Amino acid sequence: MVIGPFDLNALEVAVRLKERYGAQVTALTLGSGKAKDALRRALAMGADAAVLVDDGQMAPKEPSVATRALAAAVRKLGGLDLVLCGRQSGEWDFGQVGALLAEELGMPFVPFVPRLEASGDGWRLEREVEGGLLVVDVSGPCVASITNATDNQPRLPKVKDIMMANRKPIQVWGPVELGLGEEDVGEAANRLEVLELFIPEVKSECEFVEGDDGAAKGAALARKLWDRKVI
Amino acid sequence: MNVVVVAWGGDGKEPAAAAKEVLGGARRLADRTGGQVIAGALGPAAQAARGMIAHGADRVFTVEHEALDGSDADACVEAAEAVCRQAGEGLVLLAGDGLGWEVAPRLAHRLRAGLVTDCVSVSVDGERAVMTKPVYGGKAMARFAVRTGTQVALMRLRAMEPIEPDPDRTGEVEPLGFSPKTAGRVRVVERKHEEHEGRVRLEDARVVVSGGRGLGGPEPFRQLEELADLLGGAVGASLAAVDAGWISPQHQVGQTGKSVAPDVYIAVGISGASQHVAGMSGSRTIVAINKDPDAPIFRVAHLGAVGDYKEILPAFTAELRRLKGEPG
Ligand SMILES: Cc1cc2nc3c(=O)[nH]c(=O)nc-3n(C[C@H](O)[C@H](O)[C@H](O)COP(=O)(O)OP(=O)(O)OC[C@H]3O[C@@H](n4cnc5c(N)ncnc54)[C@H](O)[C@@H]3O)c2cc1C
Repeated sequence: MVIGPFDLNALEVAVRLKERYGAQVTALTLGSGKAKDALRRALAMGADAAVLVDDGQMAPKEPSVATRALAAAVRKLGGLDLVLCGRQSGEWDFGQVGALLAEELGMPFVPFVPRLEASGDGWRLEREVEGGLLVVDVSGPCVASITNATDNQPRLPKVKDIMMANRKPIQVWGPVELGLGEEDVGEAANRLEVLELFIPEVKSECEFVEGDDGAAKGAALARKLWDRKVI
Repeated sequence: MNVVVVAWGGDGKEPAAAAKEVLGGARRLADRTGGQVIAGALGPAAQAARGMIAHGADRVFTVEHEALDGSDADACVEAAEAVCRQAGEGLVLLAGDGLGWEVAPRLAHRLRAGLVTDCVSVSVDGERAVMTKPVYGGKAMARFAVRTGTQVALMRLRAMEPIEPDPDRTGEVEPLGFSPKTAGRVRVVERKHEEHEGRVRLEDARVVVSGGRGLGGPEPFRQLEELADLLGGAVGASLAAVDAGWISPQHQVGQTGKSVAPDVYIAVGISGASQHVAGMSGSRTIVAINKDPDAPIFRVAHLGAVGDYKEILPAFTAELRRLKGEPG
């Protein structure tokens, strides 16, 4: 079992599945040496192994490239039953990693999952949708993105676990170990080009209330809203 | 440049509102470049193929199959891929509703196309499209070009405008044969509706009072509930407040939460990140209380108060109570 882009709620779900069914949990993330701290935390929480895909020789400027590297690592690990990832992982992720991992690995994808359990030859998952929850069944392995829920809050590792985690090895894989070339994860693999970054001109229509203190502003805001006859 | 629009949903008579918007945007782009608008109508949307022509399409490929009712993303991705392959290279526009966010990355992956999500506008520069989207939580904007022949843009809802429908517009409707290979991989076994603790549903509420990280803890949400009860509304939240565990996830408003469009939306201690704004920008009147005068929420707000909510909110609620003639 593998965790995709690093996320503590997803990891908590994985560790609980391990406690229940006796699985092997591998924490996997993409990043620089700094990401090792997050992986140590994962080991302390109960992951059995940790892998860092080192992006030093890659140019993962967009999710498709980052995901290709992660998927290669998942394949190299092999024999997995479930891939869990977080709901978001940074500004340029655009919330796509789970869906793209599923594509790369040829597996079904279930987003917005607060909890799941083994069922038959696969999984039974809850998924949040507008207005409620869907319960869905999947045969065989799948990719799921975990949303936080009251029953998957990450546990706080004990000091003993943290010390143990510091002694466990973290595997580091680069493009060579993953069999990926420049065309897969290099500059040329990026399909987007940023033409321009700019601060938009503020065309605010906002009417600000005045007042000597907060209480005066609050009362003035109430009167303005009342005058608009919208409540 | 040909512009491809893949649409789903709708009531089986008319295209869905989101589809009309994207068709309108596609029509304008196609006119500017002398191209065609080629639409795909999946599942129930196929019944509205004529309506899609009225809203700007030149050709509509309909794909009908029981798996295309909107609950099976695998089937929708396959059908969208079939439409795009039939349509040939071009700019693909998709509506950024829930299903759109699931379909777009996977469709782009299969077409080996570049994808820009959460676009607020698309223009054309020669043979390539230029997409604009908010980045860094809405503090900046980025303009992107896509290097691949087929380019995919997932549009923010309400970013484009429908054209005036013309029932006399002519166009072709062609059914596409379709037998999905991956449909049914994810099977729905049960639907559970959420409980509402006797309050109005967030999506239906005429007034929404939302809190963010600026509230600093779970207790202040009681004050928001009090205000919501006074106005007959519901309580919403930003992802940051949900992630902090201050309020349950079913209250989250935004791109990965609920979309709301109430008469009045009151944002307290919410910065106004683009992903939050995506779920509430359709609100009629937006009121913001924030201590940072430069917070992006004030760009979408109509009424604002700058300062500490701990001082502003009690006075705001008390004054509204007085105006409504209710005892304090
Ligand atoms: C893929 C993806 C999907 C996302 N989906 C969503 C989504 O669906 N919904 C969502 O909300 N976010 C979403 N986000 C997160 C979003 O980017 C922001 O991080 C989040 O909305 C910030 O929440 P916030 O405004 O509460 O917190 P912050 O950005 O931390 O803002 C807190 C605000 O409170 C103000 N403040 C602080 N103290 C006070 C005080 N005493 N009085 C008054 N004001 C005060 C501050 O000035 C600040 O503006 C998503 C992000 C990603 C990457």
